[in-house]
Amino acid sequence: MDVRRIFSHRNRALLRELVVTDFKLRYQGSALGYLWSLFRPLFLFGILLAVFGFILKVGSNIEHYPIYLLLGIVLWNFFVEATNNGLHSILNRGDLIRKINFPKYIIVVSGTISALINLGISLIVVAIFMLFSGIELRPVALAFPLIIIELYVFALALAFFLSALYVKYRDITYIWELIMQAAFYATPILYPLSLVSAKSAIIAKLMLLNPMAQMVQDARYILVTPQTDTLIKLSHNRLAIAIPALIVITTVVVAGYYFKKSSGFFAEDV
Amino acid sequence: MSDIAISVEHVSKSFKLPHEKATGIKQAIIHFRPGKKYEMQHVLKDISFEIKKGEFFGIVGRNGSGKSTLLKLLAQIYTPNQGGIKVNGSLTPFIELGVGFNPELTGRENVFLNGALLGFDRREIEAMYDDIVSFAEIERFMDLKLKNYSSGMQVRLAFSIAIRAKTNILLIDEVLAVGDTAFQQKCFSYFEELKRGNTTVVLVTHDMSAVSRFCTRALILENGKIKDIGRPEDIADVYTLDNVQSAPDTEDHGLSKLHAIQAEISQRTAENVTLEAKYSAQDSDPMYVGIAVLRNGISVAEITTSLQNTLVGKGKVSYVLDTTLFNSGVYTIGVALFKLKDRELVAIAKRKLDFVVKGADKTRGAALRLADTWRYEKVNGD
Repeated sequence: MDVRRIFSHRNRALLRELVVTDFKLRYQGSALGYLWSLFRPLFLFGILLAVFGFILKVGSNIEHYPIYLLLGIVLWNFFVEATNNGLHSILNRGDLIRKINFPKYIIVVSGTISALINLGISLIVVAIFMLFSGIELRPVALAFPLIIIELYVFALALAFFLSALYVKYRDITYIWELIMQAAFYATPILYPLSLVSAKSAIIAKLMLLNPMAQMVQDARYILVTPQTDTLIKLSHNRLAIAIPALIVITTVVVAGYYFKKSSGFFAEDV
Repeated sequence: MSDIAISVEHVSKSFKLPHEKATGIKQAIIHFRPGKKYEMQHVLKDISFEIKKGEFFGIVGRNGSGKSTLLKLLAQIYTPNQGGIKVNGSLTPFIELGVGFNPELTGRENVFLNGALLGFDRREIEAMYDDIVSFAEIERFMDLKLKNYSSGMQVRLAFSIAIRAKTNILLIDEVLAVGDTAFQQKCFSYFEELKRGNTTVVLVTHDMSAVSRFCTRALILENGKIKDIGRPEDIADVYTLDNVQSAPDTEDHGLSKLHAIQAEISQRTAENVTLEAKYSAQDSDPMYVGIAVLRNGISVAEITTSLQNTLVGKGKVSYVLDTTLFNSGVYTIGVALFKLKDRELVAIAKRKLDFVVKGADKTRGAALRLADTWRYEKVNGD
C-alpha cells in the first residue's frame, strides 16, 4: 500500500472525525463524562492497594507492588480494549461500508485510537502515583515509549486480523473473549513471576516469550523497580530474546495480508 | 488526457447466497460437507460500456436487473469478480443521502462527520458551514440532536452538504425518490446546474421523465445484461414498454356485477389505431364509454362517447385514435364504462392496450404534438 495515500490529508481528516465521534458518543448523557476515564484507573488502584497491601501477601517482596500491579493492569486493559474495539469496528460501521468507498483501515485505526487515549489518561494516573510513592526514574525510563509503540503495533495488528475475521465468522467475539481471559492469567500481571520461577524456571521463561508478558515486565522494570524479572534478565539466549519481537512482526505481516485481501469484500459480507 | 471518465470492461459480479448462512464456526463445522453449500446469484454478466467526461448518464432497469449492484461497483464499494473498472478522476457516490449521520450527534457535528466522508477537512467545512445551514433552512436547529429532526430536515441537511462535493464524477441513486415537491425542485435545479457544468453524472433511477429531461445518454439493464444503450428518450421508451407489457392485466375491480366491458385494438396503421369496446349491462340505465390515453401513468388525452347518444344494454363502440397527435413515446389506453347518473364508474376493461409513437421530436418530451400553425411576420424596426 502506498504510504503517502495512507496518511493523505483526506484520510487523516476522516480518521479525526471518526475518533472525535467515538469519544463524544461514549460518555454521552453521563454527568461526569470524560472524567470517568480518569476515575476507572484511580478506583482500580484503590482496590489493588486494599487487596494486595493489606489482605493478600503476594508480592510483598517487590517494592511498590501496588504500582507495579497498576502499571501491568493498565497496559493489559489497553490491549483488551484496543483488540475488542478493533474486532467490532468493521461490523459496527457496516452502514458506512455499504454506501461509500473509503479506506477500511481507517475504521480499525479509529477504534484503537480511542483505546490509546484511555491508555494515555491511565498512564497519567500511574505517573501521579509514582510521584507520590517517591519512585525515582532511572535513565532507562526513556525506553518506555518504545514499549508503548510495540504494544500499540501488536494490538493494532491483532485488531486488523480480528476485524476481518469477524466479518466472516461471528463466533470470533466469544472465542477472543475466552482467549483473553486465559491470557490474562497466563501473563504475570496479578502475581509476580518469581512465584512461577520457584516451581519451574523453564515455564517462567516460556511465559516471557509471550509478547504481552515481555512488554508488561519490561515496562515494570524500566519504570517501577529493577527487581522485576524480564526476559533479558532470565534468558541469555539471543534468539530467545528476539522471539517476542518476531511474534509481533509475524502478526503484523499476516494481519496486514489478510486484512488487505478481505477488505474488498467487506461491503457484501457485513 | 483521455476523454473517458469511467470505463467498464467485461465486468461480472455474482453473490454467494448460502442456503443457511454459516456465519458462525459451529455452523461452518456442523454443516460442513464437500460440494455446493451455496447458490451463486449472477447479478451482472459481462458488462462493458464507457462514460465520457461531461456526460449525464442514466442507468435504468426494473427491480432486480442489477442496476444498484452496477452503481456500487462503479463507486468501488463492491469488487468485481471478473473484468475491471477504470475511473478517471475523483468520484463521489450518493448511494444514500447523509451517509454516516448519527442520531445521537447534533446537526452541527453531523455536518462535520458527513463532510469528512465526502472528502472535506474541518477547515473546508467551517468555511462553507453557513451556506450549508442556510440552504437547508434549519439555522435554528443546528445544536439539536439529529434524532429530534423531522425526516424532511434530515434530508435537506444531507442534500445541502452533498451538493458541495467538489468532484469530477458523481454517482446518484434515486435521491429524487425522497422529499416533497419543493425538495425535488431543488434536486432538479441542482441537476440542471450539474448539466451545465462539466461534471460527469451517473444517475440510477426509475423516473423516466428525469431520464429524458437530464440525461445525455442512457443504458437499460435486463437480467444483468445491457439490453440497450443510447439516446435517453429511446431508453425511456424501451423501459416503459417493458413495464407495460410485463405488468399484469388490470384486476377486476368488482365494481358492478351487472356490467362488463372488453376492449381491443382491432387495427393499427402508421397514423391511427382503431379501438373496439364491447359493453353489456343487465339493467337498463343509460351509460357511456370513456377512454383515456396515458403516458407514465398520467392521462394525457381523454374522450367519452356522446352524452346525448347514451348506451343501453349490450353493444359495441369503436373509435379511431389519431396517433399523429402524440409525440414519440409509449402510451397505454384505458377503457371504462360509466352510468350517466352521477357519472358512476361501473366497469373497466381488463386488457391492456398500448401503442408506441416513434420518430424524433423537437420538443422535450411533452405528450401532445401541437399542429404547426405558426404564422411568420417581419417587423421593421428603426
